[in-house]
Amino acid sequence: MKTKSAAPRAAIFVLLASAAVPLATLAVWSFARAWYWPTLLPREWSLRAWTYLASPSSGVLEALFTGGAIAIAVAVLAVAAALPAARALAFHSFPGKTLFLFLLLLPVLAPPLASAMGVHSLFLRYGLAETAFGVVLVHLIPAVPYATLMLAGSFSRFDLRQEAVARTLGASPYAVWRYITFPAIAPGLAVASAFAFLISWSQYLLTLLVGGGQVLTLPLSLVAFQRSGDDAVAAALALVFLVPALASFAVAARFLRDNS
Amino acid sequence: MSPPRNPARVLLLLAPAGLVILGLFAGGLWLAFLESLGPGPLTLEHYRALITGREFRISLLFTTYIATAATLLSAAGGFAGALALRKTALRSTALTTLLQAPIAIPHLAMAFVLIHLISPSGLFARVAAALGWISEPAGFPSLINDAYGFGIIATYILKEGPFIALMVLAVLVRTGHAYDDLARTLGATPGQRLRHVTLPLVLPPLVSASVFVFAYIFSAFEVPFLLGRQAPAMLPVIAQRHYMASGLSERPEAVAAALILSLLTAALVWIYLRVTRGLLKLDKPVIF
Repeated sequence: MKTKSAAPRAAIFVLLASAAVPLATLAVWSFARAWYWPTLLPREWSLRAWTYLASPSSGVLEALFTGGAIAIAVAVLAVAAALPAARALAFHSFPGKTLFLFLLLLPVLAPPLASAMGVHSLFLRYGLAETAFGVVLVHLIPAVPYATLMLAGSFSRFDLRQEAVARTLGASPYAVWRYITFPAIAPGLAVASAFAFLISWSQYLLTLLVGGGQVLTLPLSLVAFQRSGDDAVAAALALVFLVPALASFAVAARFLRDNS
Repeated sequence: MSPPRNPARVLLLLAPAGLVILGLFAGGLWLAFLESLGPGPLTLEHYRALITGREFRISLLFTTYIATAATLLSAAGGFAGALALRKTALRSTALTTLLQAPIAIPHLAMAFVLIHLISPSGLFARVAAALGWISEPAGFPSLINDAYGFGIIATYILKEGPFIALMVLAVLVRTGHAYDDLARTLGATPGQRLRHVTLPLVLPPLVSASVFVFAYIFSAFEVPFLLGRQAPAMLPVIAQRHYMASGLSERPEAVAAALILSLLTAALVWIYLRVTRGLLKLDKPVIF
């Protein structure tokens, strides 16, 4: 049956437009010298916003570096902690498993605001507040459960007997991991890393709470510039903020398909 | 699933993540609880003051209104979108990727984009002026920092609608056309097929995704922080405002408000787990 329906094509067009229009608006703003109402395009263009962002005085490069380093650390630590736990969840039953799953689910579904406040009071006592390390720790609260649930899904589709066969054939534990287990869960690993990175990268509130405004990441800079009313710089910054998010998603998207 | 042959090994596997979950997350909740009981003698006074206060009650109503409206509209939009796309989605991976992209866009960035689109000086107002519909920015309806939270709701629809559509599409693509074709062969009308074939199929993912979206919106901060007004404000915004207020006197109440949010989320998730009797597909990317 070949019914030519316009609906899917229209839906794709709407989706594409809803992605392109905002991005284009931000790009135009970032190159505008001034964009007075009600003109549809700025009369004068300028590279001011971009040169300012690139200059050390804006602090944006530093925020880019700080936020990137924190997000990478969070992704590495979260996946390292999640990997063994996901395996245990997928292949073993143990007392308190349902409660453990419930606790995993909570910080994933709702931002752990109360928990971050409690952790903050502890960090204040031990000098971890207002440090990048403290921010990494608090970002782990949503990132680890997220990565664990994701990898548990990957493991649950993996047949453990493949490992047993390899071992019977004399494979070393490393060889079993390298040639059997790792290839099987690699898509899940890629997706879990990308999303753990994203969770940290886009975190505003937890960074503000524990970092106390001293640990500057891009979300904090973006809000600061938005509040200051410099629309051109804020728009350029929003693009800088979006690119790594979309890039890490692009990496994950390829594996997301294999994973489902 | 086997009972642990070696409990020590299972414990070891769980240790790193368990340290984060029990130490940082649950431990943080416990410390927050102690903090909410106040400096000095432990008391529930801060909860009483909070709950009987006008600000909290209005905020709770406003938060419930925003979360309900945004969830229902996202669910309706996501469901309709999934139906419109089901034929294409069977073939097109590009479409799935396109639908997934909003999940990767941070809420903060989405809220920021919305400001540039629907504020009185934004792109839509300029287009309206170019078309001669309005002659000054004030003529454009106030959609940002407005009393009804339109901007907040719109941002959540753009973020969460595609997420719900994806969850629904996953089921529709997996089951394919077979049931629908069978019903058609048996003479079912399009309305009957929607009501008795498609809806029962997609209801589980639709409901579970909606519960997730509702729980998230209820406790999320960034979007109402950027697009909301001073009052009425959503609960997470109120909690943060009191927590960051100068001096520490407002902290116990702020923490109490955050804990009440956690409690509501926990209750929601618990009921949901009881109703669904276990975990559904949780390895799919959830919102954050």
